[in-house]
Amino acid sequence: MPREETTYREALREAMVNAMRENPEVFLMGEDVGVYGGAFGVSRGMVEEFGEDRVVDTPISEAGYVGLCTGAALMGMRPIAELQFSDFITHCMDQLVNQAAKIRYMFGGEGRVPMVVRTPGGAGTGAAAQHSQSLEAWFVHVPGLKVVMPSTPYDAKGMLLSAIDDDNTVLFYEHKLLYNKKGEVPEEPYRVPIGEARVSRDGGDVTIVTAGLMHHYALEAAEALADGGVEAEVVDLRTLSPMDDATVRRSVEKTGKLVVVEEDVKTAGWGAEVVSRIVEGPSFYALDRAPARVAGADVPIPYNRDLEAHVRPTPERVVEATRALLDARAGVYA
Amino acid sequence: MDDTANRVELLRQMLLSRYFDEKVNDLYAEGKVHGTAHFYVGQESVAVGAISALKEGDVITSTHRGHGHAIAFGLDVDRMAAELLGQVTGYCHGKGGSMHIADVGKGMLGANGIVGGSMGIVCGAAWAFKRRGQDHAAICFFGEGAANEGIFHESLNMAAIWKLPVIFLCENNQYGMSMSVKKATAVENISDRAAAYGMPGVTVSGSDLDEVREATATALERARAGEGPTLLEAITYRYLGHSKSVANLYRTREEISTWRKRDPIERFAAVLEGEGALQEGEWRNLEEQVKERIDEAFDKASRDPDPEPESALEDVYA
Repeated sequence: MPREETTYREALREAMVNAMRENPEVFLMGEDVGVYGGAFGVSRGMVEEFGEDRVVDTPISEAGYVGLCTGAALMGMRPIAELQFSDFITHCMDQLVNQAAKIRYMFGGEGRVPMVVRTPGGAGTGAAAQHSQSLEAWFVHVPGLKVVMPSTPYDAKGMLLSAIDDDNTVLFYEHKLLYNKKGEVPEEPYRVPIGEARVSRDGGDVTIVTAGLMHHYALEAAEALADGGVEAEVVDLRTLSPMDDATVRRSVEKTGKLVVVEEDVKTAGWGAEVVSRIVEGPSFYALDRAPARVAGADVPIPYNRDLEAHVRPTPERVVEATRALLDARAGVYA
Repeated sequence: MDDTANRVELLRQMLLSRYFDEKVNDLYAEGKVHGTAHFYVGQESVAVGAISALKEGDVITSTHRGHGHAIAFGLDVDRMAAELLGQVTGYCHGKGGSMHIADVGKGMLGANGIVGGSMGIVCGAAWAFKRRGQDHAAICFFGEGAANEGIFHESLNMAAIWKLPVIFLCENNQYGMSMSVKKATAVENISDRAAAYGMPGVTVSGSDLDEVREATATALERARAGEGPTLLEAITYRYLGHSKSVANLYRTREEISTWRKRDPIERFAAVLEGEGALQEGEWRNLEEQVKERIDEAFDKASRDPDPEPESALEDVYA
């Protein structure tokens, strides 16, 4: 019997519940994840099923409990650490960057850190500069970490189960504005592989590469472009590291045009990496326009609603940027 | 092994630790190893005393000054020497060097190049023991310098609220690089801070192996009984510089020679002579054997193969 559509939040919870029923070594740890159910309600009801030893409320000690999860993972457990806002990851930089990411390599391939760090990033909630950042590109820059950013409830569940199975540390980026997003999600456990992008809309005129909440903006933009006769192909990267540039390349070689849509600030954002991988390889010659990036402005996220809207990508900006790219004359330096 | 043999073995471990580091120091001076290393010379009784109280299946985490912990935990000096020389036969196959020697399978969860870097990790190891219902415990070695890192506070608090089986063993060797503990810390003893976490805080003479061993055993008993962590402080001293650079601008020759007179190895050798475990002066033979063993380890390691350059790209992900 098909069930009602599931929210992104519920899909994440189902993944954790599935994993914790399957494997007693899986546990969730974070601030207010117990009776409170997590700041965004993702773990609501879990402590009632699994108890306080497996759904663990922590003191406000992000470095401490991410460090603890690193150690527990090194001992073979499968911890899931929740960071209430992804901005708080700054507290954990030593644990993630110097410890979890490097332990296996430094030790010459001995030991592994199968930890998942779940955290909501992104702006659009009026939470201002310290609760709205998109810092995921930092971790794309750290070998040893995997970085995923699923955009749909289906991928949220399937990729979280894959992340828990993974023998490496996976940073799992959620988005506050995705938690209520609904979609079809099978009740039983299933896996969506890490490191595989998905073409979510076919089109032959331009390739739009994106991830996370921005994937929905890109799809909206693609519909608006279609009204004007432009068929955009949308690639949902899903995983930022390791990056599936093969899927991007295939699409760009078909369309000859690349637009990247990312929420993080433009300078040294992960979109720059997408563009670089296309222009430094043979796909460069398939391009008939210079690539474009639609990204966050290079500023902290401001509080005022209009100011905040002014610095974030929107579907309208994606449409504008794509039209501008299409309107540019090919191969002319003026 | 009977008890006498066991005690002589502890002396031998201290000597191995000392001459391993003396050898590495010499090799640096001769330009035969590169990178850096931090020497444990003068502190041997802390690692050997504490680790001798552990049982099979317990774990430790170590520091940037970790050779002594590794040797006391039973790591193989041949593979340690090979790692210092960057050989493929080393513990990390040449990828880690001095500051990352580990044997995770055995329970040596790694030296650590970051001050305080293993304090969260050790809580995770103890967490795993507790959740799995195992009767094991973990020792976290750290220097008094790490006691001023934020992770010290977070880790001790977590270990205390969750009654994790950890011994936080602070090796107070008086200096964080050049910064004296007296200038860096306003409390008299690092162990005084235990009160802030609701755990016992104990200070012992780190030069006295038996004192360290007994205090560790008491803390372990408490940990295994589910009563939680202990902050144990061992007052000790490093004879050599912070790392291979030996500028001693921040301390006096007199201070160093005063500590050398309380040498933990000579002190323990005298204890063993007093107990009749060794004849007078017999430990000097042991010292010679150990020096030969260390020379042998480095000679052998120097003939071992280098890693293939391509291996630098492996082991990033499992």
